[in-house]
Amino acid sequence: MSHSCDLFIVGAGPAGMSAAIIAARAGLSVVVADEGGAPGGQIYRGVQGGTLAALGADYHEGRALADAFIASSARYLPRSAVFMIESQHTGGFDIGVSCQGQATLWQSARVLIATGALERPFPIPGWTLPGVMTAGAAQTLLKSSAIVPHGPTILAGSGPLLLLLAAQYRRLGVPIAALLDTTPGGQWRAALPHLPGFLASAYFGKGLALLRELAGSVKIMRGVTALAAIGNETLNAVDYTADGQTHRLPAATLLLHQGVVPQVNLAMAAGVEHRWNARRLAFEPVLDADGRSNIADLFIAGDTGGIGGAAAAARQGQIAALAMLGANAEEPRAALKAALRGRAFLDALYRPALQFRLPADDVIVCRCEEVTAGDIRALAHRGTTGPNQAKVFTRAGMGPCQGRGCALTVCELIAAERGQSPQTTGHMRVRNPVKPIALGEMASLTRSAAPQSD
Amino acid sequence: MFRRLEGVRVPVEICVNGQNVQASDGDSVAAALLVLGIATFRHTPKTGSPRAAYCGMGVCFDCLVTIDGEPNRQACLTPIAPGMTIDTGTRLPQLSETASI
Repeated sequence: MSHSCDLFIVGAGPAGMSAAIIAARAGLSVVVADEGGAPGGQIYRGVQGGTLAALGADYHEGRALADAFIASSARYLPRSAVFMIESQHTGGFDIGVSCQGQATLWQSARVLIATGALERPFPIPGWTLPGVMTAGAAQTLLKSSAIVPHGPTILAGSGPLLLLLAAQYRRLGVPIAALLDTTPGGQWRAALPHLPGFLASAYFGKGLALLRELAGSVKIMRGVTALAAIGNETLNAVDYTADGQTHRLPAATLLLHQGVVPQVNLAMAAGVEHRWNARRLAFEPVLDADGRSNIADLFIAGDTGGIGGAAAAARQGQIAALAMLGANAEEPRAALKAALRGRAFLDALYRPALQFRLPADDVIVCRCEEVTAGDIRALAHRGTTGPNQAKVFTRAGMGPCQGRGCALTVCELIAAERGQSPQTTGHMRVRNPVKPIALGEMASLTRSAAPQSD
Repeated sequence: MFRRLEGVRVPVEICVNGQNVQASDGDSVAAALLVLGIATFRHTPKTGSPRAAYCGMGVCFDCLVTIDGEPNRQACLTPIAPGMTIDTGTRLPQLSETASI
């Protein structure tokens, strides 16, 4: 059976869906693969069946986009993980897709990677304990299953998502024991030059409304400089330090968040050039204004290309699709500019504190292989120049998550110890398949399908 | 611990660690386990430390459980299905138990 198309899109979030709608309308055969069971990505997860008003207007706005995507002629592959993208010498791409234990090889002339973002690693003592999860995970449970924490719940970290989740819980009557804000106190000074853009953006009004909503209803502890999750088999308390004093709060659930970063694995393994963004503290693909990468006919849109949020992602998806069609993208370009307004202010204000990116020696940084910050620092002192050597010696990044949870931490740790930039230090090498798949699945693939071991 | 805001929508019978229990249609395995009060999903092969769902979106692989006999399935990405059997808390044999072989 032939599996070929004009455009293969990875990810059915705002960027992927928006691109699919435009390309399909123009007559391209479009395939969209996504790991989720319904369109929307993480931001609009479950939006077509979502009934909770408490999730807010921004969330429910995703409904129209998801409906338009499903109504389009694009072929949607839910619960499908793309484990490799490989350029062919003759042009076009081979795309390996795994769906419920069955691998399929697709051929496409063009590819758009729109795999979105993931939570920035938040390595603190005890962060591997059951009961500790990301704020994003808790929000996913809320959006897809209307499930909320039960028992003492603590939110900790920095950034708009944490405030939004607190507000959503408040509206639903879910008690929050405390919100521990780790945003360093003086950062408003660094953010100040970006204030005009922020004041003119949609973020300003929304942020103000959130803060007003939370004031008085949620106990917010500011200037938190240290955090630890305490427990043996599961979480039972959270220690936090503020004003030099350490306090202990009983806890059943600790929800962590310090911003999100691009999901780089698929694009990196496909050969897309990435660079360190010192402002956003993350590796990002090098793209032109259309989302074109260094690989011909491989485009990237949405948060995968650098965090810009859902509204910007939708515009970037449209721009990439229009660029593929050679069409005018003036309107989405103007809208993108408006959608990105205020981001520089947020990036500066919510820049995650150093001690929560470079933890103490005894803290696990690679959750899969249980490698500590001390293990990485010791290697750096002995002359390890980058994450690839660290991987060989410690297995950091060699577990099933393939470095998604530790690559940034390992890079920043080595960079700090050796006094070199993260750009020089580099990201650990990512290889296909970028998702673990069964050997039998791999063997069942035909054509030059086996990912090269390089 | 977690609870449902709206109660079970469409009940689905599943079997968790040998017990027949009810979950709600549309739940992921992770969501169903959390509501059932199962805090620990597995133990790590290296140190035996407990783990559960962390990222909730298929990235971290900490929520691995055995589903219908197949080990290391991602609970957060797998939807429940009628009659599904789920086993949590997997531990590998300790090195000391196998070292003498």
